[in-house]
Amino acid sequence: MGQETVIELKDVTTSFFSRKQELSVVDRVSFSVEKGETVAIVGESGSGKSMTSLSIMQLVPAPNGKVTNGEIIFNGEDLLKKSKKDMHKVRGNDISMIFQEPMSSLNPVYTIGEQLREQLMYHQPLSKREAHEKGIEMLEIVGFARAREMMREYPHRLSGGMRQRVMIAMALSNNPKLLIADEPTTALDVTVQAQILDLMRGLSKDYDSSIILITHDLGVVAELAQRVVVMYGGQVVEEAKIDEIFDKPLHPYTEGLLNSMPKLNEEQTRLQSIPGSVPTPDNFPKGCRFVTRCPYAMQVCTEEQPTLLEKETRHKVRCFLHEEGVGKDGDINRHSKQTQ
Amino acid sequence: MGTSIVTQNKPNEKIQHSEKILEVRNLKKYFPIKAGVLQRTKGYIKAVDGIDFFIRKGETFGLVGESGCGKSTAGRTITRLYEPTEGEIFFEGENITSKKERHLFNLRRNMQMVFQDPYSSLNPRKTVGTTLIEPLKVHRMYKTHKECREYAQSILERVGLNPSFINRYPHEFSGGQRQRIGIARSLVLNPKLIVGDEPVSALDVSIQSQVLNLLNDLQDEFDLTYLFIAHDLSVVKHFSDRIGVMYLGNMSEVANKKDLYDEPLHPYTQALLSAVPRSHPREVKKERILLKGDIPSPANPPTGCVFHTRCPFVMDHCKEVIPEMKEVRPDHFVACHLH
Repeated sequence: MGQETVIELKDVTTSFFSRKQELSVVDRVSFSVEKGETVAIVGESGSGKSMTSLSIMQLVPAPNGKVTNGEIIFNGEDLLKKSKKDMHKVRGNDISMIFQEPMSSLNPVYTIGEQLREQLMYHQPLSKREAHEKGIEMLEIVGFARAREMMREYPHRLSGGMRQRVMIAMALSNNPKLLIADEPTTALDVTVQAQILDLMRGLSKDYDSSIILITHDLGVVAELAQRVVVMYGGQVVEEAKIDEIFDKPLHPYTEGLLNSMPKLNEEQTRLQSIPGSVPTPDNFPKGCRFVTRCPYAMQVCTEEQPTLLEKETRHKVRCFLHEEGVGKDGDINRHSKQTQ
Repeated sequence: MGTSIVTQNKPNEKIQHSEKILEVRNLKKYFPIKAGVLQRTKGYIKAVDGIDFFIRKGETFGLVGESGCGKSTAGRTITRLYEPTEGEIFFEGENITSKKERHLFNLRRNMQMVFQDPYSSLNPRKTVGTTLIEPLKVHRMYKTHKECREYAQSILERVGLNPSFINRYPHEFSGGQRQRIGIARSLVLNPKLIVGDEPVSALDVSIQSQVLNLLNDLQDEFDLTYLFIAHDLSVVKHFSDRIGVMYLGNMSEVANKKDLYDEPLHPYTQALLSAVPRSHPREVKKERILLKGDIPSPANPPTGCVFHTRCPFVMDHCKEVIPEMKEVRPDHFVACHLH
């Protein structure tokens, strides 16, 4: 680790516009992914994790949604400054994406072969025959025994797990530098999920590709990721290495999330839970967005937004509990302080 | 698969002493496949193909399995939302398998259901109040409308919602709140058994734990028995006392949760448990048993043991003979030729 940064997000803000107001669903999100690294973005529905990935791909639903601020540096270039045509070359080639719904992300009227060939020929100078052979090779990599026959099948003939594997084959066929997997196993059964996770683990090892894994399932995170970004209400609330997130979470939300997960190897009589639910973007509290559900909420939390601070080496947290100069009684002297 | 579950009754713990509230014997539910202009029956989907189990009063019985294994169909057949094809269902010792619809009135009151999807299981045109009060009126629980309303409000409060929400419509609530309304609806008639068909799987982790805790509290308070159908093994383990594992319409293994998770006997249960993602990155897992292939179609299940096409320990014997459900250890039943 620590060598080459593949992608870096700086203060990315994505908003949706209605006649009345502008709602930021992704609010100044910054993080980076290094070569060969798997970074998980964790959060509940409404946390902005999927919107972050769509912002990278520039697939935010237009015309109401728009990335309004920030930079996404990929290969030394800002993706947000690229034209539509240039983005076509990036998508599916340098960065590719796996979606949650394997049922709806394949075209039902074309065979698997046609769909694999199309995108291979778009991004690489291959003849139809070469693309076909390459397609078969990719299907073999993702574990199809009868890859040649599979090229002739239509998506409806495949099960959910098989379709997801076809999606992965497609996403990987142009050797992307970055793979974004948006809830890749949520729609699948546990035994199939285990197959897909094994496959993805092998890929990041063998091909040194970077993965952004978007999920709400902390079990999947524990299986696959090296670093974790926790999102809540459109903001990054904590970022750390995987072991630190599980061993000593700093943000009360991360802690709550870990505690509310039932564990297979422990006996718990009662689950800890986080009261209330995730606020919608038009109802975000004025101060810290987690304040309404936080067990440690202080006076200052309702009034001001905490900043994302690097608490320890490569462990960032957005919480007043970890900001220096904020007294437990809630008086704010951090403005006068902050010498370091 | 006629089995000997009926004969056993091992007194061990508190719950084990208590009587069986529900017993299912050789339950089958086939759905006809119709095709052609004349819509002739071409075959059957054997969604539930002969399962046996029982639930003791006051316990939580978890039913797990992958999609398509028939666990939801089993739940709906037990509550008589589907007509059983074959087999017997006993509720509080009474055979309810072939009771006529008009005689099911009391049964419906004692057996309620909570559904998976909090969005589609509530009528969008009815206020929460209407949804909750209607069953009270149908069953003549209270004389006046005012009493019904007050009772409905007290139930709403009990499931953690503001009683003033009674005049609101479902679209005004979040997923977690809707699921609470669904639970309130199942509670108003003071049932004895609640069948939860994946009641928490559509919810976010933090909300899921709230709802699970609520269900736990209600169980003590209202003396409920749960049949808890789910696919998430960690949730089922947390929530259940005894667990049944289903595969392709058949019951593979039934045991109390400790035995099942510590010492799974059926190869399918072993594979299923080994596939659960670890809960901590440093947790050392037993070697993962990867199953080959996919679940066969329930329209044409394999002969013999239905799991033989994917079983790592398959023997010749398994391909021909259907394994019987046997009690290999006290209160631990398994249908496998290895045991």
